[in-house]
Amino acid sequence: MEALNFDLENTSSSKKVVIQESKLSPKISSKHKRINVLEEYKKRSTNKVALNLVVVGHVDAGKSTLMGHLLYLLGEVNEKTMKKYERDSSKIGKSSFAYAWVLDETGEERSRGITMDVAINKFETEHRRFTLLDAPGHRDFIPNMISGAAQADVAILVVDATTGEFEAGFEANGQTKEHALLIRSLGVQQLIVTINKLDVVNWSQDRYNEIITKLNPFLNQAGFKKDKVVYIPCSGLTGENLLKRSQNILEWYSGPTLIQQIDKFEPPTRLLDKPFRLSVSDFFKGGIGSMGGITVAGKIEAGTIQIGENVMVVPGGEQGVVKGLETNDESSKWAAAGDSILMTLTGLDIIQLKVGSILCSVSHPVPVTSHILAQIIVFDVKVPITKGFPVILHRQSLNEPATITKLVAILDKSTGEIMKKNPRCLPKVSSAIVEIKLNNRPIPLETYKENKELGRIMLRKGGETVAAGIIIDVSKS
Amino acid sequence: MWHVYNLISIGDQLKASTIRRVQNESSTGTVDSQRVRLTLTITVENIDFDPQGGLLRIRGRIISENRYVKMGTYHTIELESNRNFTLIKPEWDIIALERVNEACDVTKQADVAAVVLHEGLANVCLVTQNMTIVRQRIEHPIPRKRKGSVTNYEKGLQKFFDQVMQSIMRHINFEIVKVVILASPGFVKDQCFEYIFAEAVKQDIRQLIENKSKFVLIHCSSGHKHALQEVLQDPSIQKQLSDTKYAQEVLTLERFFKMLNDEPDRAYYGWDHVRKAGERGAIGTLLLSDELFRAADIPTRKKYIKLVESVRAIGGKVLIFSSLHVSGEQLNQLTGVAAILNFPLPDIEEEEEEEENGQEAVVE
Ligand SMILES: Nc1nc2c(ncn2[C@@H]2O[C@H](COP(=O)(O)OP(=O)(O)OP(=O)(O)O)[C@@H](O)[C@H]2O)c(=O)[nH]1
Ligand SMILES: [Mg+2]
Repeated sequence: MEALNFDLENTSSSKKVVIQESKLSPKISSKHKRINVLEEYKKRSTNKVALNLVVVGHVDAGKSTLMGHLLYLLGEVNEKTMKKYERDSSKIGKSSFAYAWVLDETGEERSRGITMDVAINKFETEHRRFTLLDAPGHRDFIPNMISGAAQADVAILVVDATTGEFEAGFEANGQTKEHALLIRSLGVQQLIVTINKLDVVNWSQDRYNEIITKLNPFLNQAGFKKDKVVYIPCSGLTGENLLKRSQNILEWYSGPTLIQQIDKFEPPTRLLDKPFRLSVSDFFKGGIGSMGGITVAGKIEAGTIQIGENVMVVPGGEQGVVKGLETNDESSKWAAAGDSILMTLTGLDIIQLKVGSILCSVSHPVPVTSHILAQIIVFDVKVPITKGFPVILHRQSLNEPATITKLVAILDKSTGEIMKKNPRCLPKVSSAIVEIKLNNRPIPLETYKENKELGRIMLRKGGETVAAGIIIDVSKS
Repeated sequence: MWHVYNLISIGDQLKASTIRRVQNESSTGTVDSQRVRLTLTITVENIDFDPQGGLLRIRGRIISENRYVKMGTYHTIELESNRNFTLIKPEWDIIALERVNEACDVTKQADVAAVVLHEGLANVCLVTQNMTIVRQRIEHPIPRKRKGSVTNYEKGLQKFFDQVMQSIMRHINFEIVKVVILASPGFVKDQCFEYIFAEAVKQDIRQLIENKSKFVLIHCSSGHKHALQEVLQDPSIQKQLSDTKYAQEVLTLERFFKMLNDEPDRAYYGWDHVRKAGERGAIGTLLLSDELFRAADIPTRKKYIKLVESVRAIGGKVLIFSSLHVSGEQLNQLTGVAAILNFPLPDIEEEEEEEENGQEAVVE
């Protein structure tokens, strides 16, 4: 495992908001009064800053239970609904999953007791507003996990303290490491690790310390800075140390509760002054409320948007008009980079949309390409990567078959200098420059330099992540 | 037809019955054109294969005298199953002869249908002895679960399964196909199987009900076509297909990659490296793509055949991959030639490095 030195900038705690009328502002139909989105954004941020939080970890670590319980304690789930979940889950012999049902809503998820797709929810702390993304832990659903994690600024990694369970998740086949590496490669820098299910091991401080001793070196190697990782002991089931602590339990611990720590997450710099980009993670017929049209869900990766503006769908190039916007269940007249939103569009045929399409500024559309140059970090692979290696390329919610067509060079992991040109193969945990071709069709991609969010890719094969990387060039042809 | 495609090479002479439009100028000067069936012989210049229709188009110059057409003019002969033809080669080499033997052996035919799918994407494929054909790629967007609402998701999923079912009925001939594989990550395959047979009973679709026992559910990582390789590697499928050639291909390629990982000095690819290994009698298993032979001129073809013969002479195995299977596709991408060695030859790569040194180029 190796540090992913992709982050050219560090998180800035001072949330520099560039207040400058964007040259890129598209035309707006005259009946809407133009909003100065950057002004509004600044006002909104002085109140409570918005962040996207993803919860990851090995299958059954207790992610959904922990977050379901937290949402309940914060009043996001009403008493009546919670009672109903308790009743209904115990009817099918799954009473231990009552809190998880807050997030696991499909019949299949509930009957199997497993999260399959990311659940999106929201909550507020004293100083922050969060969009919560509860990711599935099962390895088969990593494409969904990536789709959720790509939307996140910060993360909670949940590990199960039960004897043997932490170890199972931490082994090569477990998802603890894979998830941690993925979120790091996707740009997440701040991490809370919850040592969960401590009720099962009698709130043992030794166990808590033992897990940290094993986990911490790995996380540091994976590129998480020491001061950006915080460990919190808790139990999602009993609710211990989520909002508060009971007496005589966790006496050895005097740090913050989970919610106190969550409130300390620092907002990252947003790409407010870049052209508008939204990566489509979902879409459906019908508008917000009873509005007509089609609705698109996703996170704004760059720029700003307001009602009345035109957006372009790439690939395809068709345009639609923004009729409605919604952030965290509240309708809004505008939205900006970093917001996870619902957007209702008219004048667009639903056929034009695909998961992974990009909605973008009409004057500055995103490039479409089927041949890229990328710098990658190879994960702990079982077979080396060769020329012709078939992969699934993931970018946000998009996944497309692709082929590594050329191994350009192996790089020194610390200096980035070329160690070997035209290598025969890329061994595990190496860093390299490769050319990649999409097999089926061109897709919208940007260089990392142009857009940190759209310039990151993950390569997977046979259900395993083989590499993560950044795009250096999109114009290879 | 696949065998024929691989058998015919540029420069061969092909004699077959064909239809040609001929023009007649009558004594009064009027021109009429008419289609006549003739037997023509051409020298092959270009070969096209349409795997979907199983049709070959071969173009070349006419070399047989005929009262309708002039020698030397161009003609395209179309070949399909059950058409007779005569092929004359300047030389029948060992690869070509083996190809004829293989084509005549019907016991090696094991036709399998495989549907690889994940939520919203399915590839309905037929896997025959020599090729994998994607009969249909189904892309059906499924709205995702949303807070407080899963009906859109569940409806979308049902519609998707319905399309998969329709596609299976349309594209799979249950009289030929012995196994129908449903493969997916998670529980999609189980849900799809349940849906199909609940519908089959509801709508009384005998075609499905009677063939239920042919369905096999297998785990794979995605609905993309390449996941087929994982499916064919699955031990339960390998057992059913164990003596077929493509099952061998899948396993051999896997063995190559494992060797490249565990003992990189015993696995080489690319003509230069493999040739060197061959010269030192080190090749235990030679992997070649049939594309190398097809596209090649005679000297190139001879060069590969010499390698094949030398490997066999020392008791090595040679496997010619069909490039219409996923494993063959991958081998093609990997230069089309690879070898697993009996003993390590670490210096092969070093030699190359020495050759390369001095021409440092900068990669941006
Ligand atoms: N004793 C105890 N059990 C817990 C705790 N947290 C979760 N569980 C149990 O662990 C099981 C799995 O919980 P989930 O919340 O579904 O786990 P998950 O991490 O969301 O699982 P996936 O999303 O499927 O990866 C359930 O039976 C929970 O009741 C805890 O703190 N203590
Ligand atoms: Mg869960």
